[in-house]
Amino acid sequence: MFDQLSDRLQSTLSEVRSRGKLSEADVDKAMREIRLALLEADVNFKVVKSFTAEVKERCLGAGVLESLDPGQQVVKIVNEELAKLMGGAARDLALASSGTTVILMAGLQGSGKTTACAKLAKHLAKDGRSPALAACDTQRPAAVDQLVTVGRQAGVPVYQKGTDPDPVEIAEWALNRARAEDRDVLIVDTAGRLHIDEELMDELARVKKRIKPHDVLLVLDSMTGQDAVNVADEFAERTDFDGVVLTKLDGDARGGAALSVKAVTGKPVMYASTGERIEELERFQPERMASRILGMGDVMSLIEKAEEVSDQEQAEELERKIRKQQFTLEDFLKQMRQVRRMGPLNNLLGMMPGMGGAMKQLKDADMDEGELDRLEAIILSMTPGERARPEIIKGSRRKRIAQGSGTSIQSVNQLVKQFGQMQKLMKQLAEGRMPSPEQLLRRR
Amino acid sequence: MATTWQEVFELGDGAPAPTDTPEPEERRGVFRRLRANLSKSRSALADELTASLGDTLDAETWERLEEALILADVGARTTAEVVGRLEGEAEGGRLEGPDAVRGRLIELLAEAADPGDGRIDLRQRPAVVMVVGVNGSGKTTTIGKVAWHLQRELGLSVVLAAADTYRAAAIEQLEAWADRAGCEIVKGTPGGDPGAVAFDAIAAAEARGADVVIADTAGRLHTHGNLMQELEKVRRVIAKRLEGAPHETLITIDSTTGQNGLRQAQAFSDAVEVTGVVLTKLDGTAKGGIALAIASELGIPVKLIGVGETLEDLRPFDSREFAVALLGD
Repeated sequence: MFDQLSDRLQSTLSEVRSRGKLSEADVDKAMREIRLALLEADVNFKVVKSFTAEVKERCLGAGVLESLDPGQQVVKIVNEELAKLMGGAARDLALASSGTTVILMAGLQGSGKTTACAKLAKHLAKDGRSPALAACDTQRPAAVDQLVTVGRQAGVPVYQKGTDPDPVEIAEWALNRARAEDRDVLIVDTAGRLHIDEELMDELARVKKRIKPHDVLLVLDSMTGQDAVNVADEFAERTDFDGVVLTKLDGDARGGAALSVKAVTGKPVMYASTGERIEELERFQPERMASRILGMGDVMSLIEKAEEVSDQEQAEELERKIRKQQFTLEDFLKQMRQVRRMGPLNNLLGMMPGMGGAMKQLKDADMDEGELDRLEAIILSMTPGERARPEIIKGSRRKRIAQGSGTSIQSVNQLVKQFGQMQKLMKQLAEGRMPSPEQLLRRR
Repeated sequence: MATTWQEVFELGDGAPAPTDTPEPEERRGVFRRLRANLSKSRSALADELTASLGDTLDAETWERLEEALILADVGARTTAEVVGRLEGEAEGGRLEGPDAVRGRLIELLAEAADPGDGRIDLRQRPAVVMVVGVNGSGKTTTIGKVAWHLQRELGLSVVLAAADTYRAAAIEQLEAWADRAGCEIVKGTPGGDPGAVAFDAIAAAEARGADVVIADTAGRLHTHGNLMQELEKVRRVIAKRLEGAPHETLITIDSTTGQNGLRQAQAFSDAVEVTGVVLTKLDGTAKGGIALAIASELGIPVKLIGVGETLEDLRPFDSREFAVALLGD
């Protein structure tokens, strides 16, 4: 039931790919699968219809059926069309060259506006800007407190006047203050509102009219279903927003809503929120997103993440240790932490080419984060001596480590045993003998 | 099927007499509003239905019905099941004319939405209710409204546990609701141990002879393994403190949620044994069809719906009314 869109498309297209020559019936079959997969990904069904029609037309035209590898061609066309639908190249905020740039944030309740405001402020501050936040959500209990807290986390000032004044007045007051304090960006948080709530939509329009923002951003939950187009349409009509901030993309939603909104309103996704931490907001990369949906892997993102966390010297040191067979549990812990710094394993696996289908088995196996937490806990409960020479771990040491890490003696045994096997493999590698595939594959 | 507040809460012996009995008229009013809201959608299911059921029943009819249900976020699998059964019955000659098809469709949707007991078990003293869900799905607001109903309308004494120690100002938000409901609140410190807050709240409820403890938890995406483990731990702490608790574990699902709602319900269910769904924010144009998919595919009943911002806008779930509203009547 929970097949990833990328798995679905890949299995459909791998059938086509292996056949060599395509018939129109093959194309139809592939389109049906794609249609269903996109619908399950929450892409709006009208968007899906026009998308599959477009893809089919291109597949049937231009000699695709007769080409040497029609399956590949179909994959390429689907990918291209999807990327086109996602919005072409990423677009930037319209930051004014002088004075205070005003960014107005709007969206439904619970879409993640307040958090997105602080994340965007942090993002812009990292780029050398000096942003401030304006607290204009006077509706939700404690929304102002929340903005003040996340603003503090982001290290940017929050201009607030409580919940009594009219949001329009607060916004204008905050803008004057931002100008007086030489802030070059003011990000205005607003109350979550339903797109059909006349009164609140009108209030938003009034805020916009008064402070004349350079950018209006719609904050959209990536888990939104078919209704995303109605919401986006209405906000587009009332606020003529410039772009979308897609939130909660660190979940496993397929994010079809982003595709629909772009297709229906023409407004691009500008930023994506990808985690709980305040730094976890990225410029949205449409091509990468399309590739990820198709399971073609987001190698670019993966490489960038690896570069961010790894350190050339450390890598050389590691290589030397492996060659000299001095690789200890301490090194193992370091390696594990480095990999984990890149993000949750499942996210990383999703970025790797061809890993879409393999992800499920890996999830069922022992790749879950909890297992890694336990491994870390076990190693952390060892003395430096034990980490360097795990073979000394016997009876009472074993018991102490199990108790200290809150695991069992069996778990400690297993780790020590696995590490022994790993050392053997490394020895063989270092001596230039390739281990047999069985040895490499044996996980336990 | 519970349709009133008295019916939705199983209060057990010794519960104080309800102080207020909602009139049937009021109930109809709420659903009239719900229907009005649901039918605001531009591509109302009703239009699709009228268009497809007007003429003879053919392949296109069923295809359009499928599309209409998918547009309501019901999901491919549940849609295929419901439409497949309807088609089978129509071909078997058991359904004559569009009205019969329509009536039967409502029945099938209502059936799919109703996998079993939709009541909320508050028979224990204190009864412990844990509320979980992804970020922004409406946990805190739901808790505020439930507390208000229990305290003000059913005359129960409620203790809230502010166990969302993670999100900035979550405690203040729940406090504002506790004020409105006039109930007690047990708070921890921001960044503190959520299990400890739940533990203290149960202890406080026992000491004061309170009837119900409702524990708020931090919103978390179901894909974050470490946060889900933390939630499991909160549940373990509650279970250890009071045997049989939590007596109810409710997940809030935003009705704008698409197919990801199924994964949310599944993952939270795996972690903390969810006993019911609260379908929130039904006052927009989203139809909340994902609740049907959750009920039918995972067997988790919908127990409450949120249809607006005010305190009265939280209602017991009625599958038949919901099915009718879903079809935009």
